[in-house]
Amino acid sequence: MSKPCFVKSTIGRKVIAAISGIALMLFIVVHLGGNLTMLVPDNGATFNAYAHKLHSLGPLLWVARAGLLIFFLGHVITAIGVRLDEKRARPVGYAITASKGGPSKQTWSSRSMLITGLIILLFVPFHIWMFTLNQGADHARIVQHGVEMKDVYLSVVRGFSNPVKAWAYVAVMALLGFHLRHGFWSAFQSLGALSPKCAPVAYTAGLIFALLMAVGFLILPLYILYFGPDPETLRVAMN
Amino acid sequence: MKFNIKVWRQAGPNAKGGFKSYAVDGILPEMSLLEMLDVLNEQLTKQGEEPVAFDSDCREGICGTCGLVVNGMAHGSRLKCTTCELRMRHFEDGATVTIEPFRAKSFPIIKDLVVDRSAFDRIIAAGGYISVNAGSAPDANAVLVPKDIAEKAMDSAACIGCGACVAACPNASASLFVSAKITQFALLPQGQAERERRALRMVEQMDKEGFGNCSNHAECEAACPKGISIGNIATMRREYMRAAARYEERAEAAGAG
Ligand code: HEM
Ligand code: SF4
Ligand code: FES
Repeated sequence: MSKPCFVKSTIGRKVIAAISGIALMLFIVVHLGGNLTMLVPDNGATFNAYAHKLHSLGPLLWVARAGLLIFFLGHVITAIGVRLDEKRARPVGYAITASKGGPSKQTWSSRSMLITGLIILLFVPFHIWMFTLNQGADHARIVQHGVEMKDVYLSVVRGFSNPVKAWAYVAVMALLGFHLRHGFWSAFQSLGALSPKCAPVAYTAGLIFALLMAVGFLILPLYILYFGPDPETLRVAMN
Repeated sequence: MKFNIKVWRQAGPNAKGGFKSYAVDGILPEMSLLEMLDVLNEQLTKQGEEPVAFDSDCREGICGTCGLVVNGMAHGSRLKCTTCELRMRHFEDGATVTIEPFRAKSFPIIKDLVVDRSAFDRIIAAGGYISVNAGSAPDANAVLVPKDIAEKAMDSAACIGCGACVAACPNASASLFVSAKITQFALLPQGQAERERRALRMVEQMDKEGFGNCSNHAECEAACPKGISIGNIATMRREYMRAAARYEERAEAAGAG
């Protein structure tokens, strides 16, 4: 008998989806931490300094970006594969389906992982265009403490002073919250890390994590839209 | 009690099926759902119509033969309950009761509500066993098993192989069934010889049979009449990773098959 292919097996694919999912969760925690420096009331000086630090990592930044891309693609491919199994394994569905409750963790979140995931997938290129690529084209620059750097804060303020964009971000971040509500505990269960005793703890921790991430991310566009500085006068006043 | 029974009828494996509704009367609250179907079938036989085919054997929740999806839930709405144990008093008098077969590509319909669950037998044959010397019976206490381990193994061994976990799973995954057997033997000293081989082969067969992957919805645990925990699925994943890592050294050496 030949050695079964781990990566092709149902369990192997779940393990990859889980490891990459955890890597992405770690990334968004760091990302959120950085973003929240925008709340410091110093017209973006702290945030710009943070962004400048990141950019000055040079090659290291590219290594991190490559790693992130690999995890992202690994996650998308394996996770979509898991969900495509659904249709293949039950070609004829039920007339009625209902959850039995009790120990079931079937929720809107768990049922909608593919949809919430796909929306995040569509969102990411848009997001990168808006704040990384187009920011470059914008050439908004600023001198802080004698160092010239990109004025990322200004482009974020410009972006989110548009209500349509700000509210679209809010919607996507809420969906990310739903993705994490099931994803967080699911990842540890996929790695076989949860005994029946710690599963409920991880499940509750998942709810808290999802809320923290969703609220943390969606608070920024709303804050900037309704309480933030006017992008037209922000830098004019300073000069 | 009176009921309107909406039930899936399908003449054969390749025939086109559909729902049919029947009215039944004179049902006692203490009758099981299967006894209610018995009443319906007597009625149908008298009318010269083909009775509704469904599976059952022990009718006391221990054999795993029965299994229907009742109002969208495998084995009906009660937790830790087989279809044969489901009493009509749990339904409202005069209600419509929708009865469907277990649905999965790997559980093809044979007739009406009867499905072919031999995929489970093939998974067990792939590794869900231990090798023992045939001949004189071994001494009962020759191999000592700590009480708590024995209890845990027993919890997993409680699986009756009904297939409700597959039926209830949105992905039609057989993970709960397969993991219960892998966990049971991984815990016991008797299961060690074929431990890696078992995990690899049973999972391989499960995949080959075309069951879906597990998304951790845990609906299987809710549907399981024996309350098998998804902790078993976590164990199965650990066992599989361990076996995949150790394969070269041990898997084929153990258990010549
Ligand atoms: C910030 C980005 C993302 C994070 C933090 C994240 C996180 C997670 C985590 C932790 C899981 C649980 C993994 C498991 O159960 O083993 C998961 C599952 C899933 N993710 Fe993501 N994800 C992200 C983006 C995406 C994207 C772009 C897609 C694209 C389709 C996606 C699709 C899915 C699907 C379908 C599942 C369910 C897999 C299953 O049913 O087992 N996710 N995600
Ligand atoms: S795990 Fe539970 S639901 Fe699945 S086959 Fe065994 S007894 Fe039935
Ligand atoms: S008929 Fe044996 S468990 Fe229901």
